[in-house]
Amino acid sequence: MKILIKNGHVIDPKNDIDAKQDVYIVAGKIAGIGKAPADFSANQTIDATGLIVSPGFVDLCARLREPGDEYKATLESELHAAAAGGITSLSCPPDTDPVLDEPGLIEMLKQRARKHNLARIYPLGALTQKLEGKTLTEMCELSEAGCAGFTQADKPILDTQVLWRAFEYAATFGYTVFLRPEEYFLTKEGVAHDGEVASRLGLKGIPSAAESLMIASILRIAAETKTNIHFCRLSSADAVELVREAKNNGITVTADVSVHHLHLTEHDIAFFNTHAHIKPPLRTLRDKEALCQGLMDGTIDAICSDHTPVDDDAKLVPFAEAEAGATGLELLLPLTLKWANNHQSALFNAISKITIEPATILGISSGHLSVGANADLTIFSPESAWVVNTSSITSQGKNTPFLNTEMLGKVHCTFLNGHITYQAN
Amino acid sequence: MYNPQLNNDGTLKHLLSIEGLPKKTLLQILDTAESFVGVAERDVKKVPLLRGKTVCNIFFENSTRTRTTFEIAAKRLSADVINLNVNTSSQSKGEAILDTINNLIAMHTDMFVVRHNQSGAAHLIAQHVPDNISVVNAGDGRHSHPTQGLLDVFTIRRYKPEMHNLRVALVGDILHSRVARSEIHALTTLGVPEVRVIAPKTLLPNEVEKLGVHVFHDMEAGLKDVDVVMMLRLQNERMSGAMLPSTQEFFKTYGLTPEKLSLAKPDAIVMHPGPMNRGVEIDSRVADSSQAVILPQVTYGIAIRMAAMAILAGGAA
Repeated sequence: MKILIKNGHVIDPKNDIDAKQDVYIVAGKIAGIGKAPADFSANQTIDATGLIVSPGFVDLCARLREPGDEYKATLESELHAAAAGGITSLSCPPDTDPVLDEPGLIEMLKQRARKHNLARIYPLGALTQKLEGKTLTEMCELSEAGCAGFTQADKPILDTQVLWRAFEYAATFGYTVFLRPEEYFLTKEGVAHDGEVASRLGLKGIPSAAESLMIASILRIAAETKTNIHFCRLSSADAVELVREAKNNGITVTADVSVHHLHLTEHDIAFFNTHAHIKPPLRTLRDKEALCQGLMDGTIDAICSDHTPVDDDAKLVPFAEAEAGATGLELLLPLTLKWANNHQSALFNAISKITIEPATILGISSGHLSVGANADLTIFSPESAWVVNTSSITSQGKNTPFLNTEMLGKVHCTFLNGHITYQAN
Repeated sequence: MYNPQLNNDGTLKHLLSIEGLPKKTLLQILDTAESFVGVAERDVKKVPLLRGKTVCNIFFENSTRTRTTFEIAAKRLSADVINLNVNTSSQSKGEAILDTINNLIAMHTDMFVVRHNQSGAAHLIAQHVPDNISVVNAGDGRHSHPTQGLLDVFTIRRYKPEMHNLRVALVGDILHSRVARSEIHALTTLGVPEVRVIAPKTLLPNEVEKLGVHVFHDMEAGLKDVDVVMMLRLQNERMSGAMLPSTQEFFKTYGLTPEKLSLAKPDAIVMHPGPMNRGVEIDSRVADSSQAVILPQVTYGIAIRMAAMAILAGGAA
């Protein structure tokens, strides 16, 4: 199968391409950019005039809800949502039921995803068994089964000795540890940023210090144990500053931010809007601006969707009882573009935050259009408008604080391995 | 900004929190309550404003005083009243709040009076009910207790009519108190120029000064020259632990004794939303003194609740 994508504007940050070029695909691989390979005659030609052609997006955090929470979403429904969002590779956390702490579960998940053939999935394995923070998992076996790294998801390791050992063990084999930094006791039972809004609404707060204290501890242990650390979903200005300082001091650390934290603040909770109940909590305007700025200057490496499909019933309860999280796979592109627009970031830079940067963090070979690479790519229009609502969202989770908001940036077509996984009608 | 408590024409649709209500609405409720104070002193303690209406008191959390005064208020307005203690029935069977509400809607209830231990529960219910049903928040978590806030300012107005010239201090557990939040909003909306909160740092919400109050940690300094002292109840579970070391120490530092009260203006009034912990937040010598207006608060509570329900039912100007 030979495919020609012609007249599109190709953006491939890894290869420094930002120009109108034709893309040639042969047998599921990129065969040429701007220059046809020898003897190329297309079986299929796609006209991308006026559209952007980029590497397929890479998402660092998407909950697919399998195994265990099929009531909220299924692998199939969420992989379709990923394709609709232009995502071709994604990483999923291990906080499923059962927890992804055994090689068999990883193999099962990867195999089922391969069967659907809609996106590549790179599970993060549990750092400790059952995420209980007590006993290490078989990281080598899990890695062989396909884990891209190890994490505690939203669960703590209370015993610092265990945390230290987990870092040492992961570092032995060069595995990256993905952590959402949060001091357990300061966070416990909290549901919103510990500030003006939580005080007014009578919600239990989570101070920013819960994040920065943990970052400081983790950075210290990581430096001692020489562990590769990735901080997931930063939420505060202090966190950005700590990571900036660590990077300046030459510590190997990366970080991401969720699309929600780039655009929303504590005030979006308004009158107890449970769709704005998100982990970590939405914080102040100052925090939001610092996160946007940190992304701009490279302190924060990547943007993730933090996709968490939640069923309606789990949101139709008082704020504190509502399940945290928001649907995000299909909002990754428009909210990334919105950030770029608001901060005069070039499209080229924005695309790198959802392609080559997250791919590098995961240590996978996706996120670029080098000749010979898998033909995972996304064709989109950055200016097309659409409205977020229950019918425009493919994901089974319709829970988002952006409900009924107009978005700019629409995926026209997604390719995985040279075959079309999504096409807008 | 969208306000879930008001109709498009600015009239009251639900009573969920003091915050977000304009001064004129608060005054309307207070003035209407004035006209109901006399009803209790008549032989026939009833007015027909809610005749034929069904009011359902749903208490997801225990309460004696608030539930009773709401019941009396509804009955004095001639409504039919149903009391439901849900914490002892369906909630313990795991039924979702909105399922409980749906059942009561199906029974043609006209008004819900709701108490719940979670902040935002009344808002959730108000968003869910059909247009012809009103919701009155009788306390949601730490968030709001609007009729308590209103009856407190009503009491203050009766004893100290010059609201624009008052200094009011709230003392005790501000952090966990929906009463404190409602009082603060009611006082600031009505133009009380100086509202103080007096508490240890462990019992104050973060950035509380953004609610428009002056923060004091020292009770002597905080009580200096105030016209009104509003004491708050300290919940049993917070009396010792990481919030406070002991009730004795709390009483010593923040308990209202005659000596501390003497720092306030000589004619200062003392209020408490009840139930009181004598010897913890308040000395009996103060609670039973002529400066205390704690029982009148209860009496006025009925008039305020009658006023709120009558206005919501469209039966009072």
